[in-house]
Amino acid sequence: METTINIKLKVWRQAGPKAKGRFETYELNNISTDSSFLEMLDILNEQLINEGKEPVAFDHDCREGICGMCSLYINGRPHGPDDDVTTCQLHMRKFKDGETITVEPWRSAGFPIIKDLIVDRTAFDKIIAAGGYISVSTGGVPDANAIPIPKEDADEAMDAASCIGCGACVAACKNGSAMLFVSAKVSQLALLPQGRVEAARRAKNMVAKMDELGFGNCTNTGACEVECPKGISLANIARLNREFLKAGIQD
Amino acid sequence: MVKLDAKIPDGPLARKWDNYKANQKLVNPANKRKLDIIVVGTGLAGASAAASFGEMGFNVKVFTIQDSPRRAHSIAAQGGINAAKNYPNDGDSVYRLFYDTVKGGDYRAREANVYRLAQVSNNIIDQCVAQGVPFAREYGGLLDNRSFGGAQVSRTFYAKGQTGQQLLLGAYQALMRQVHAGSVKLYTRNEMVEIVIVDGKARGIISRNLVTGKLERHFGHAVVLATGGYGNTFFLSTNAMGSNGSAAWKAYKKGAMFANPCFAQIHPTCIPVHGKFQSKLTLMSESLRNDGRIWVPKKKEDAEAIRAGKLKPTEIAEEDRDYYLERRYPAFGNLVPRDVASRAAKERCDAGYGVGPTGLAVYLDFQSAIDRLGRDAIEARYGNLFQMYEKIVDDNPYETPMMIYPAIHYTMGGIWVDYELQTTVPGLFCAGEANFSDHGANRLGASALMQGLADGYFVLPYTIQNYLADDISTPRMTTEEREFEDAEKSAKDRLDKIMSINGKRSVDSIHKELGLVMWDFVGMARNKEGLQQAIEKIQAIKKEFWTNVRIPGSAEDMNAELEKAGRLADFIEIGELMARDALHREESCGGHFREEYQTEDGEALRQDDKFTYTACWQYKGEDQEPELHREDLTFEVVKLVQRNYK
Repeated sequence: METTINIKLKVWRQAGPKAKGRFETYELNNISTDSSFLEMLDILNEQLINEGKEPVAFDHDCREGICGMCSLYINGRPHGPDDDVTTCQLHMRKFKDGETITVEPWRSAGFPIIKDLIVDRTAFDKIIAAGGYISVSTGGVPDANAIPIPKEDADEAMDAASCIGCGACVAACKNGSAMLFVSAKVSQLALLPQGRVEAARRAKNMVAKMDELGFGNCTNTGACEVECPKGISLANIARLNREFLKAGIQD
Repeated sequence: MVKLDAKIPDGPLARKWDNYKANQKLVNPANKRKLDIIVVGTGLAGASAAASFGEMGFNVKVFTIQDSPRRAHSIAAQGGINAAKNYPNDGDSVYRLFYDTVKGGDYRAREANVYRLAQVSNNIIDQCVAQGVPFAREYGGLLDNRSFGGAQVSRTFYAKGQTGQQLLLGAYQALMRQVHAGSVKLYTRNEMVEIVIVDGKARGIISRNLVTGKLERHFGHAVVLATGGYGNTFFLSTNAMGSNGSAAWKAYKKGAMFANPCFAQIHPTCIPVHGKFQSKLTLMSESLRNDGRIWVPKKKEDAEAIRAGKLKPTEIAEEDRDYYLERRYPAFGNLVPRDVASRAAKERCDAGYGVGPTGLAVYLDFQSAIDRLGRDAIEARYGNLFQMYEKIVDDNPYETPMMIYPAIHYTMGGIWVDYELQTTVPGLFCAGEANFSDHGANRLGASALMQGLADGYFVLPYTIQNYLADDISTPRMTTEEREFEDAEKSAKDRLDKIMSINGKRSVDSIHKELGLVMWDFVGMARNKEGLQQAIEKIQAIKKEFWTNVRIPGSAEDMNAELEKAGRLADFIEIGELMARDALHREESCGGHFREEYQTEDGEALRQDDKFTYTACWQYKGEDQEPELHREDLTFEVVKLVQRNYK
């Protein structure tokens, strides 16, 4: 009952951060449509190793859409043609027999290429380090039920907190802006009474770090929201702007 | 014979941890600044420990193989985290959580450790809420709970089906706060490849920078391993692709004992295997068993028709369905512990009642819950899991039952640690799934997150001080010492050796071969003959690896094949030790099921008179048989009985 397809892959190969990159073309036959996209790349790599060639380097880990490690620009879309999924959850049934599939790394000033399809996303860690937390240390905190939180606020905070830090929003943005990523964390923490205390300072510090790291400005194109595998809403950017404005007034 | 001293504190069970804290040594703030701690791994245990050490004033170096600490596999835990808060007023208590965990582990865990775990469970929830973890709440604004397997109370806190993600992000953010403060130095894409021992104590590590391929030396007054489990020995598991047992295995080879390696958990609710190129198995959270009912057809001909694609599950009448967990275990029903549920699924499939194209699947059906609560309620509870299932399987679980089958998920065994989480190598600590300490022969659902955070936030910050208090006059080493040089050389020699094999086979092809042997002979049901065969087969695979693996590229560059090869070489040896341990343990308990030891109705039959101990294996050298040591388990409070979920 298994359906298989033959495909042609155009894959970005780049030996190192400063090396000149190029597309290489590969042909793959009898790929099961039940395979995931990354399993298809596993098959390609197995083939390359058997031919004595270097396999394609790509980031991946959990393969269930939660770790945020996988990336890939597939046929011009971050995480490929399916909606609300990461590349690891994309399956080959979304492609046609005989199709040519173009695979590129995230392309953005904030995410320099390390090798082939792997990019450096440590900028996201630096933005979180600048203020993406509530400043409490281990121990000495109140009972978990001491402060009731309206369910709506907790649910909305959870939706914002679903961000997996993959960077698709930055890759999708023509300005290379990280506003959706930053706003998701600012929103999550600003919506909760525990995080409210530092909300203004947090917004200011995270935005300053984002600017410093070379991410572009937000011009409200909405491409980030469309491509986000976790459906993080643009409304978070509006909330970030409010918090940022408040921080400015307080200064 | 090495003496295994668990260092259990004096006093009655409920007072032991307080007694420990009252009598332990502490390090004053000025001295903390002079002490360096290395933490390997940034999952729940590693990130929470590193953040806490940094807050306390120690200098911390933390290492992760991923590009960010937030990628650690704790992120994938779905269902929840247990705590004895008793918010729902349903009869829970610290003692009840302790008791359920010891019983769930089939009486093969240390009482004192488990009691401490239950005690600090409540602190964890407080801590996470203070960090901004968005746990699910009731309309009144207070925290919501749900039930998990092996418990008759609702003590599981959750954040949708992404609890691990939210807890890890909480710990990650606490960690990044310390990175910002300068107390923690973060090394990403950096893999520990060797432990450095100086004068019998762990004093550092050799790591490989995975971007440049360069080996690096790092000094620490103490080293903490929080590197997760070794489930990927089976190739196909619910673990992430990069999850590996290598750090633990290096520790074993440096003298740390490996405890109960054969205790591996097979999770009952995973998406079944679909083909030979499958790279991993996806878990469907245990929380689904709150509302999903597990069944297979009652008639063999129906099962056959389903397998042939001639009949749909929705066409099977209610009276022709066998809800076998509800039938066999009326008291716990679909919420029996994982080992019990897995074996029951295997039993039905082996008997010819399995469904799906391969016959290796059973149904998890939400129809009665949807009828009772409405589709919206089910979507609110499990929406992301249903979506994940649909994306993978291309089937809508709101309309047709999910198909599930057991898969390797977690390893209860691991590096032996005492009450302080210290290994048999002084100064080398081990936390989270990487150690063996709290789950006995079977871990209950929602207890892995609890243990990881307990170890990192609330145990190690105390116990590591008790060790470091004697080290306040030990100066930092320069890493020019001979011990560092030797360790680096041994790491380099190994990499060179792997690169020089230049054989014909990819790492994955050999790993898959190992995985099949493990699943067939060291999996859900084991027997003497099969385990003996497995050891022979694994030794042959080891030979194949060291003579026929092919690694393209260079060791002085980013090289995923070389990383995988190093880990596979260790998995092969871990697999052999698992088989040895399983062969020696002539009883069935928890996740370890020996076919020779079962009751008439197929339940696990322990041999308490012979095996009420932790099996601790000591490395004796390349190609030498490891030596078995025993830590006898004494139960002062809990009475050993056959586990009964009926």
